[in-house]
Amino acid sequence: MSKSRTIAQRRAIWAWLFLAVPIIYFILVRFYPTLDAFSISFTEWNIVGEKTFVGFDNYVRLWDDPVFWIVLSNTFEYLALGVPISMLLSFIIAYYLDQVRFGHGFLRACYFIPFLTTAVAMAWVWRWFYQPVPIGIINMALGQLGIVQQGFLRSTTQALPAVLAPAIWAGLGFQIIIFIAGIRAIPTSYYEAAKIDGAGAWQVLREITLPQLRPTIIFLTVISSIGFLRIFDQVYNMTQEGEGGPLNATRPLVLNIYKAAFEDFEMGMATAQTVVLFTILLIITIIQLRVLRK
Amino acid sequence: MKQIAPKKIVIWTLLFIGAVIMMTPIIFMFSASFKFNDEIYELALISSEPTLSNYIYLFGNTEFLMWFTNSIFVALLTTLCVLFFDSLVGYTLCKFRFRGRKIIFIAILSTLMIPTEMLVIPWYILARDLGLLDSYIGLIFPGIMTGFGVFLMKQFFESVPDDYLDAARIDGISEFEIFTKIAIPMVTPALSALAIFTFLGNWTAFLWPLIVTSSAELYTIPVGLSSFSGEFQSEWEMIMTGAAVASLPTLLIFLILQRYIIRGVILGGLKE
Repeated sequence: MSKSRTIAQRRAIWAWLFLAVPIIYFILVRFYPTLDAFSISFTEWNIVGEKTFVGFDNYVRLWDDPVFWIVLSNTFEYLALGVPISMLLSFIIAYYLDQVRFGHGFLRACYFIPFLTTAVAMAWVWRWFYQPVPIGIINMALGQLGIVQQGFLRSTTQALPAVLAPAIWAGLGFQIIIFIAGIRAIPTSYYEAAKIDGAGAWQVLREITLPQLRPTIIFLTVISSIGFLRIFDQVYNMTQEGEGGPLNATRPLVLNIYKAAFEDFEMGMATAQTVVLFTILLIITIIQLRVLRK
Repeated sequence: MKQIAPKKIVIWTLLFIGAVIMMTPIIFMFSASFKFNDEIYELALISSEPTLSNYIYLFGNTEFLMWFTNSIFVALLTTLCVLFFDSLVGYTLCKFRFRGRKIIFIAILSTLMIPTEMLVIPWYILARDLGLLDSYIGLIFPGIMTGFGVFLMKQFFESVPDDYLDAARIDGISEFEIFTKIAIPMVTPALSALAIFTFLGNWTAFLWPLIVTSSAELYTIPVGLSSFSGEFQSEWEMIMTGAAVASLPTLLIFLILQRYIIRGVILGGLKE
C-alpha cells in the first residue's frame, strides 16, 4: 500500500518535471500577453512614454471612427464572400474528384499544391496578373476576348474580391482534402441501403452524404471563417504601399491593427481592436460549436 | 470493351480544367522567372531563350540567400521545438495521473482561442524589454510550443497501451527514456502531421517576422520578398523569381513526400 503510493508520488514528480518549462512558457508567452493586450486597451500609450489609464476611451473612439467601420465591414465582406464561395467550390470539386479513378492522384495534387505556397509570394503573382495591359495576363486575355479592361486592384469595388481570390484559391486544396476524407468516412452500407431503396444520386447526396458530412462542414466553416476574418498577408502585399486601398476599400481589421500599432504607435487603439477581433472570433466559435452539438 | 459513360468524361474534363486553373499562378510564376524583362509581356509559357540570369542576380546581388537561410533555420528550429515540447506535454497529460492535470490541459487548450494578432503587440513589448527585437530568438520564441500540437499529441498517445510503458518501468528504464524510446516511436504519424503543419506555418509566416525584424539580415523569406518586391515594382520577372524561390522548398517537399503530407493534413485537420 505504502509502496504503491510512493510510486504514484514519484510519477507525479516526473509529470511536474516534464511540465515545468512548458507551464512557465504558456504563462509567459500566452496568458500574460493576453491579459496585457486587454490591459493596454484601456490606456493611451505611444509605446515609449508612460501609459495613461483612459478607461473605455479607445473603444468609444473606435465607435466614432468612420474608418474603423469601413474596416469592420470589409472584414465581414471577406468572410461573407470567402466562406460560401470556398465551401461550395471545394465541396463540388471533392464530391466529383472522389468518384474519379483515372488520374485521381494527379488531379488531387493540382488542387492541393496551392495550399503549400507562401501567401506573400502568391499575392505578388496575383498582383501581377491583375495589372492593366500590357502586363497583366487577365486583362490581356479579356482583351483577346473583346471584353473591356477591368481595374481590379485599382477599382474601389473590384479590389476586395480581387484580393480575396488568392486567399480562396490557396485554401481550397485543404478544404477539398478534408471533404474527400469526410466523404470516404461515410459507411458504404448507407449507400448500399439507398441503392436498394432505389434512391437517385441527388437524393443520396441530400439525404446521406450532406447530413453525414455535417461535422466536416461545420469544422471547415469554423476554420475558414477564422481564416478570412484574419486576412492580412494578401492585402498588405497586393495594395499600393500596403495601405489596404484604394480608399481603404480592401483594408481588413488586422491591417488596421498593424498600422495603429507599428506606424502610428497608438498601442491603446491597436490593442482595443485586437480585443474586438478576439470577441468576434469567440462569438463565431461558440455559435458554431452550439450548432455542432445540436 | 467496357463503355465509359459520357457523363464521366464530362466530369473528368471539367475537373481537369479546374486543376489547370489552380496551377496557373504557379506555372506562370515559374515561367516568368526564366524570362528576360522584355519577354514578360508575352503569354508564351516557355521563353524562346530561357535564362537563369534572374536567379543568378537574385542570389548574387540581393540578400535572398540570407533570407532563405534564415527561413530554413527559423522554420526547422521552431518545428523541432514544437515536436519535442508538444509531444512531451501531450504525453504527460495523457499518461500521468496527478492533481491539476485537467486544469493544465484545459488552460493549454484555451490558448487555441486566442488569435496571434492579439498577442503580437504584447510579444513585441516583451521582446523589446528583454532585448530580443531583431534577433533569431525574437523570431522564434512565440512559436516553440502550441496548444494545437499538445492537443493533437495527447489524442494520439491515448492509443499507446499503458502496459507497454509499465513493462518498461518494471525493466527499470527511466521515465524520460520511456517517453523518447518507447512512446514517441509509436506516434510517428502524428508527429509527422505536426511537423508538416508547423514547418509550413513557419515557412509562410509573415505578420510576426514583419513586426519583430527591422534589419534586412534577419528577414525571413516572406518579409524579404515583400520588401524586395516593393522596391522592384514593375520588374515582374525579378519578383516572380523571388516568389518562385519562396515557394520552391514546400513544393519540393510535397513532390517527394506527397502521400505523407496529404495523410498528415487529414490527420491534423480532423483532430483540430
